[in-house]
Amino acid sequence: MITLKEALALSKEELEAFKDALKTQIEANKELNGYIDVNSVGEGVPIAIKDNIQVDGWAVTAASNILQGYVSPYNATVIDKMKAAGLSPLGRTNMDEFAMGSTTESSFYGKTLNPHNAEYVPGGSSGGSAAVVGAGLAIAALGSDTGGSIRQPAAYCGVVGMKPTYGRVSRYGLGAYASSLDQIGPITQNVEDAAILYDILSGHDEKDSTSSTLECLSVADKLDKSRKLKIAVIQGHTDEASDAIKSAYTKAIDALKSAGHEVVERELLDGKYDISAYYVTATAEATTNLARYDGIRYGNRVEGKNLSDTYIQTRSNGFGDEVKRRILLGNFVLSSGYYDAYYVKAQKVRSLIKAEYEKIFEEVDLVLSPVAPDTAPKFGEMSDPMKMYLSDIYTISVNLAGLPAISLPIENAASNGMPVGLQLIAAPFNEQTLFDGALSLESTINYTKGN
Amino acid sequence: MFEVVIGLEVHTQLNTNTKLFCSCPTSFNHTQNTNTCPTCLALPGALPVLNKEVLHKSIMFGTAVDATINRDSYFDRKSYFYPDSPSSYQITQLYTPVVEHGSLEIDLEDGSKKTIRINRAHIEADAGKNIHEGDISKVDLNRAGTPLLEIVSEPDMRSSDEVILYLKKLHSIVRYLDISDANMQEGSFRVDVNVSIRPKGDEKLYTRVEIKNINSFKFIEKAIEVEVARQIDAWEDGTYEEEIAQETRLFDQVKQETRSMRGKEEAADYRYFPEPDLLKAVVSDEMFEKYSKIPELPDEKRARFVSEYNMSEYNAGVLTASLEWAKYFETMMAEGASAKNAITWLTVELQGRLSGGITPETSPISAQTLATIVKAIDDKTISGKAAKDVLDYRMENEMEIDAIIEKLGLKQVSDTGAIETMVDEIMAANMDKVEQYRGGKEKLLGFFVGQVMKASKGSANPQVVNEIVTKKLA
Ligand SMILES: [Zn+2]
Repeated sequence: MITLKEALALSKEELEAFKDALKTQIEANKELNGYIDVNSVGEGVPIAIKDNIQVDGWAVTAASNILQGYVSPYNATVIDKMKAAGLSPLGRTNMDEFAMGSTTESSFYGKTLNPHNAEYVPGGSSGGSAAVVGAGLAIAALGSDTGGSIRQPAAYCGVVGMKPTYGRVSRYGLGAYASSLDQIGPITQNVEDAAILYDILSGHDEKDSTSSTLECLSVADKLDKSRKLKIAVIQGHTDEASDAIKSAYTKAIDALKSAGHEVVERELLDGKYDISAYYVTATAEATTNLARYDGIRYGNRVEGKNLSDTYIQTRSNGFGDEVKRRILLGNFVLSSGYYDAYYVKAQKVRSLIKAEYEKIFEEVDLVLSPVAPDTAPKFGEMSDPMKMYLSDIYTISVNLAGLPAISLPIENAASNGMPVGLQLIAAPFNEQTLFDGALSLESTINYTKGN
Repeated sequence: MFEVVIGLEVHTQLNTNTKLFCSCPTSFNHTQNTNTCPTCLALPGALPVLNKEVLHKSIMFGTAVDATINRDSYFDRKSYFYPDSPSSYQITQLYTPVVEHGSLEIDLEDGSKKTIRINRAHIEADAGKNIHEGDISKVDLNRAGTPLLEIVSEPDMRSSDEVILYLKKLHSIVRYLDISDANMQEGSFRVDVNVSIRPKGDEKLYTRVEIKNINSFKFIEKAIEVEVARQIDAWEDGTYEEEIAQETRLFDQVKQETRSMRGKEEAADYRYFPEPDLLKAVVSDEMFEKYSKIPELPDEKRARFVSEYNMSEYNAGVLTASLEWAKYFETMMAEGASAKNAITWLTVELQGRLSGGITPETSPISAQTLATIVKAIDDKTISGKAAKDVLDYRMENEMEIDAIIEKLGLKQVSDTGAIETMVDEIMAANMDKVEQYRGGKEKLLGFFVGQVMKASKGSANPQVVNEIVTKKLA
């Protein structure tokens, strides 16, 4: 597959020919089920779009039964920005229902296969986006990351996934899961493409009140892998991780050192606090964000005996189990009598996590961390929700603290041949350092997909 | 015996051009669901952006009621399912509202003043409207997302009279500030009444019953009356504990009773938490500076009318209770009418001729027109009596005042030459009476004046006639 950088240099004719060939190729690889459908809009370099990002005239369903039949009447800000930059949406990609999940198994459209091995999940929730890039069926894709939903599937599928600083990319038009955590970001074949796509997506948007007004400088044209950085690893961070992760971790540290970076050890709060704070915050926000899916104005209504029965039937039939579980959890933590014990406490933990990162970034440029405790699991292995929540342990503190992070492939595991990705994390709004460090690591490691 | 304890929540629709969190227009007389967009329809992915104009008007209100303006205020989500609420949560301000700790003064019947404390005023989004047509229900979301300022008083009122005085004062304040149309019938000034009773002397607050959305002062008075009676009856029957619950009740205007409102409010847990899609609303120094400079308020205007125009307290109170009539009077002043005549002609003559409900906007006589009539009296062009005919005529006919005076022949003749000629003629024709007058029968003065006025068809200035007749007869 050609890179985004190469595609941007193609002539109009070359691009049209490429797109035709791509569609044929997608048709020929249907069993991957990374794409829900292969609509395209206008001219430009084709980018695959996660099914929770609004594209005018497209069915946008967040992979949920409740949104079947809904057609978006407007573009997300990122879509407008892409089109202005000569890119165009091509195909919407599969995901966990409402971005709630780590395997893309909770989709209304069925499972997506991991392009490296069909027995394994592609990760989630942006599993479709990562799988189509990993399978060579997309130049690049958009994903969204609430607790690792870009970085984890990118790591499972052997591609690059980047989550921008909270507020760097407009959320306008992103079907919300958890408003204070969600960010749209690029999933690409390499670090440079991620930087190019990030530049196109980022910048202040007056339609999103949480979008940052800080000056947003381009990064792709200033990429510098020769910068010598101070990179922290967290003490005991891989104790609970598999051998495959430990091996990649050691390899990455060696590579960073050999590239001339200084690697130091730092401490962070026990990850179990991240999990609690994250699931309380995310489900509280999600339960209200998903309350609009009531069958009254749009989507899949199931008529009941009366109004409240219509609500019950519509939502009982429309939402899958994982979504219902999180709605219930969110309602519980917000209900009177429990609010202080859960929601308020979670916000205090969140401030603490933020403060800890701030302290670390006073002294270092980047943090190196695993993305997941192991390589991609096989289908069905993550059926225990608690096990799934715990597998988010390395990614969610980044969302809680609003930091930018990038996941990139390091090696394929000796045990099962599946890719292992690691992430670099930077201080808020320091995307330039993040991409510089990632480019350095990428070129030192020189990961190749095949075994 | 019993004391009535009342607190009010007033939902004031702010008269901004656009909605609270999107740029849809706030006007209502449009085809259903046309003033909508992804945000106020709560489509997937749409986000709210605060309309700053709402913050400006909140600052003005807070300043008018001597309140604290919170430089940082925050929004919260209040969750409940109802078709007129597209996102199934209302964005409101529970924890830190924009305005807190204010008060306003009401003037009691006996001339004393009473302070009613205002606990808070917070910004929130209005819901749409459900329309029920037989078996089917429809939703119109044109109103959804219209900005409201909910003004919450402390339970400081002790009678329905105090409630009405408070509401009238509040109403005139928001009108003076021009932050709301405050039209009760159209729902831009909606009142929820919280009523409880307690034995006189008791400091404790008992069970509070909320009566929702009553759309006139008259009905508010009635609703309070019947609800208080219900509570007292229950107390005296010993059934207070069972019958009086903290609940929302509706006032039935036909049956003249309050009724428990079952359904959406039942045992509601609104699960409030901070709205993550919005940052705090910040009142900058510059914004505060600009919007805390507010126009003259009703009490200030009243005091000024008394001192500047020598108006009675009563007239000043009547005129300033409504911004529109106060402005009407001020326009007459600007046109150059005398204050003394303007007060009489506005409060007695014009308002006496207008049937109830007529506002300055719907009055057939504009301030300019009435000022023209008053000026004609001021400069003695017409007499006060003739002016009444002019006003009557003008109420029925669209015509210039000068033309009416001309047409009705009401112009006063003050030209002494013309009057002297008339006096001479009448004296010549009544030489016998002239002799009698000069012989001491001074009562005949009235006869001569009357004859002259008759000859002039009433248009002669009586004062001038009087002077000339007296002089010539001497
Ligand atoms: Zn709107």
